[in-house]
Amino acid sequence: MASAFEYAPAPESRSVVDIAPSYGLFIDGEFTEAADGKVFKTVSPSTEEVLSEVAQAGAADVDRAVKAARKAFEKWSALPGSERAKYLFRIARIIQERSRELAVLETLDNGKPIKETRDADLPLVAAHFFYYAGWADKLDHAGYGANPRPLGVAGQVIPWNFPLLMLAWKIAPALATGNTVVLKPAETTPLSALFFADICRQAGLPKGVVNILTGYGDAGEALVTHPDVNKVAFTGSTAVGKAIARSVAGTEKKVTLELGGKGANIVFDDAPIDQAVEGIVTGIFFNQGQVCCAGSRLLVQESVQDEVLDALKRRLSTLRLGDPLDKNTDIGAINSAEQLARITALVETGEAEGAERWSAPCELPSSGYWFAPTLFTNVTQAHTVARDEIFGPVLSVLSFRTPDEAVAKANNSQYGLSAGIWTEKGSRILAVANKLRAGVVWANTFNKFDPTSPFGGYKESGYGREGGRHGLEAYLDV
Amino acid sequence: MPTTAPAFADATASDSALRRFLFGLPGVDAVGLEARAAALGTRSIKTTAKAYAIDLAISMIDLTTLEGADTPGKVRALAAKAVHPDPLDRTTPRTAAVCVYPDMVATATAALAGSGVKVASVATAFPAGRAALDVKLADVRDAVAAGADEIDMVIDRGAFLSGRFLKVYEEIVAVKAECGTARLKVIFETGELSTYDNIRRASWLGMLAGADFIKTSTGKVATNATPANTLLMLEAVRDFRAQTGVQIGVKPAGGIRTTKDAVKFLVLVNETAGEDWLDSHWFRFGASSLLNDLLMQRQKLSTGRYSGPDYVTVD
Repeated sequence: MASAFEYAPAPESRSVVDIAPSYGLFIDGEFTEAADGKVFKTVSPSTEEVLSEVAQAGAADVDRAVKAARKAFEKWSALPGSERAKYLFRIARIIQERSRELAVLETLDNGKPIKETRDADLPLVAAHFFYYAGWADKLDHAGYGANPRPLGVAGQVIPWNFPLLMLAWKIAPALATGNTVVLKPAETTPLSALFFADICRQAGLPKGVVNILTGYGDAGEALVTHPDVNKVAFTGSTAVGKAIARSVAGTEKKVTLELGGKGANIVFDDAPIDQAVEGIVTGIFFNQGQVCCAGSRLLVQESVQDEVLDALKRRLSTLRLGDPLDKNTDIGAINSAEQLARITALVETGEAEGAERWSAPCELPSSGYWFAPTLFTNVTQAHTVARDEIFGPVLSVLSFRTPDEAVAKANNSQYGLSAGIWTEKGSRILAVANKLRAGVVWANTFNKFDPTSPFGGYKESGYGREGGRHGLEAYLDV
Repeated sequence: MPTTAPAFADATASDSALRRFLFGLPGVDAVGLEARAAALGTRSIKTTAKAYAIDLAISMIDLTTLEGADTPGKVRALAAKAVHPDPLDRTTPRTAAVCVYPDMVATATAALAGSGVKVASVATAFPAGRAALDVKLADVRDAVAAGADEIDMVIDRGAFLSGRFLKVYEEIVAVKAECGTARLKVIFETGELSTYDNIRRASWLGMLAGADFIKTSTGKVATNATPANTLLMLEAVRDFRAQTGVQIGVKPAGGIRTTKDAVKFLVLVNETAGEDWLDSHWFRFGASSLLNDLLMQRQKLSTGRYSGPDYVTVD
């Protein structure tokens, strides 16, 4: 929206990050080429500029990395918890010291606004390492009996929406409990994990405790099916999660899966409307909606539906879309051309099925992958856009008349990761939250994260919990 | 202009009707409101945008002296500064108004004649407002007769907090009637209203009663203008215009001392009420020490270096 008060560009400097032209796999404390010498490129989604070339891991590399992790496990798991804590605290402090560099790097590689990497991702990444560092010498008191044992080698596969944060969610509890790690970042966002490998060396972490394999789905598959991996942790799509669950079924591997979602954000007629509108925006347009726990289904009480929709459209018109490195940018780029195509196809389906589309009037840059903040009205439970996870900046708006109807509609989903409740009535918050089948229920807020709070899903949103004391269980033999 | 917006005539029919209306307004979630205000405070305003914001902020200042020790000489010095805020740079915009006690209005009016700078006066037994209505109205009459263009009135916080909303409403209506062509700014003293819900109710009460401006505070208590209470009042004027077509101004006062703070408030205006309010007719800063910081920042932008406090006047 043009205004008399045009904000001049305020780009964060790229010079704080030194991206090498190529990177290897991080195995046993060293960067090394892939066994078959394959490489692939990683691009910046906002400009399509090639940032670097990274090694593409294959089955042989997975085997090497798992062997290195297995060897390191003997010594690492035998360390007193207080010693492991020292390494984790050191990593946490280095992350804080290098947070500006990592925030810029993440924004370049992922496309999300610097505002989010700087103010949300990086503080949370450091907080997760600090939090689990604190647990490392207190595992006897975690409620899993005296002297709980680590599982062994953890094979971890993480997605591209929060590359460094998902790495922290996976690696911090694994190391605190005495496991060693082989982690595969997503193929579109490998760089921050490679920088993390450098941080592990800077912290003097023993060789082989953390191994990073950049690569595609085949490397991930080889990792989770590797016979010498004791624990599989995956965050990503439900389809891949199901495949992983099938592949490990019948083995002794422990598994946690954090999969898709279609979170219901329920706005009652006595809600604080202005703050609810902010919460709806945070719920679905944070990280361009590429959030598994996004509040992508707005359930609004009929009596305030018009008021909320008017306010929401007005608010969306003020969102600033563009250069993710600009500190004033609210909406960045979609992570990849493939993801943009997926979002576009689902939105076309929504239109074809008769839902009414409205997109914020913002100019899209000519290069890069962009999608304007969009909402669908006249949506019913039968529409695809009310059921399928879109994983983009697209909100489906449904209405309800009574609290029971809101709960019934919110729960009528194959997913169950998150939900939100907006009302000024405290008793209603408690009553409704108890009936919602979702792992996280936020009240009068949305998309708030904290390392002390467990996170995970119901139904097709996966199983197991990450974060908090509960997050330790997934890495302990209990 | 009717004192009550026609759409809400029923709301002010009785004390209970008014209470029902005010308590029917959407609630305010304090955590969410403050988070939104803080988020807008992180906008990075640089170069051309900063130059625009500085000049706009200068033009929105109600340059104020409200001391028991005020003299005609002090008021004339302030008036001169309002017309030429920076004697070293005559391209600097003048401030919106000079704000004084009623007994200084005549002095200020004479000093500002023909300059375009308005004279505002804090009438109605400012800052406590603890006087009989007759006294308050006489105070307003004096100020208007002496030539005040704008009247800043304080509401009876005691009546508001004890739930006598109609009394507060009727007082504002009565003061408005005495204002003639002068514009009325209604001060809520938000620091004493204590909850955000109360601030929203007070905003609507003031607008229903015919306020031309709603103003956060007197500058005389511990908590004055904050980004959060100003954001809330901007939401109120935005919603009021959407429902009635009537546009009301907003004036945060007290505690805004730096250019950085002022720019944050302008961002709040821009992204909440919208650009229609980015004008001294619709948005004011009740601040006096703010002006010198704006002037020093303005000099820095034009010369590339900081000058220091001796390069701006101390009036």
